[in-house]
Amino acid sequence: MDVVTLVFGVFALWAVVSALVCVTRRSPISSAMWLVSTMFALAGIYVLLNAEFIAAIQVLVYAGAVMVLFLFVIMLLNVDAEIGPMRRSYGWVVGVGAALVLGAQLLVMRGYSVQRLADEISTMPLGVDPSLVFPEGAAARAATASRGVVGGIAEPLFQAYLIPFEITSVLLLAAAIGAVVLAKKRL
Amino acid sequence: MLLGPSLALSAVLFAIGVAGVLIRRNAIVLFMCIELMLNAVNLTFIALAQVHGMSGQIMVFFVMTVAAAEAAVGLAIILAIFRHTQTVDLTQLNLLKG
Repeated sequence: MDVVTLVFGVFALWAVVSALVCVTRRSPISSAMWLVSTMFALAGIYVLLNAEFIAAIQVLVYAGAVMVLFLFVIMLLNVDAEIGPMRRSYGWVVGVGAALVLGAQLLVMRGYSVQRLADEISTMPLGVDPSLVFPEGAAARAATASRGVVGGIAEPLFQAYLIPFEITSVLLLAAAIGAVVLAKKRL
Repeated sequence: MLLGPSLALSAVLFAIGVAGVLIRRNAIVLFMCIELMLNAVNLTFIALAQVHGMSGQIMVFFVMTVAAAEAAVGLAIILAIFRHTQTVDLTQLNLLKG
């Protein structure tokens, strides 16, 4: 087992354990802190998957900004740890059952490798070269190698995806105005 | 590459998020479970971005933006609900129940 797989295993275990603890804590504050822990573990995994910029954004935006917003609201509402049963009466069975079924269906994906993905997508007989089926992957790696991590992601973001990028700014403005209108007592 | 293990990890995290949404009663914790599910999907995008090029990473960028907007609006709604009912317990918010 090489060192990358080992590190991936450590981060994956960290993420799954934190997520499980996050779902099962009674106090909303500790749930939020364990979710932050999950997000940090995921940021580590993003670095292993050659997405260093997204890893930085994950820590800054998700673990930083979004979770601080959650903590603000929890403390503003002064929500105590839940008294009585943590779960809805029927929820325990339904929740775990649905999660197990869904997880079992999705876990089939663990058998995927680049080779198998290429074999299934291409119309050619089995044993096709993945680099012929996915030329964009090699092109992206070359762009990252020549222009750095941020340069590699900036070029498609501000050319091919410029319109969606601008629309996001409108979305964020609408969300900010909506949040103010909803949360204010009287306008 | 770690394609298979990443997809498996995202499947596990997504299932945990679904279980949380179905089990928990606290509206804020429910929101956190939705964030967990979004994170699981982001992991899928990043894993496949290694094969398919940068589009996956850019999609993660947009998912994060939408998640931030959703958190802001959703938490404002929870705040407004709390002001009316003094609770965020979903079992007690049954006004529309027949």
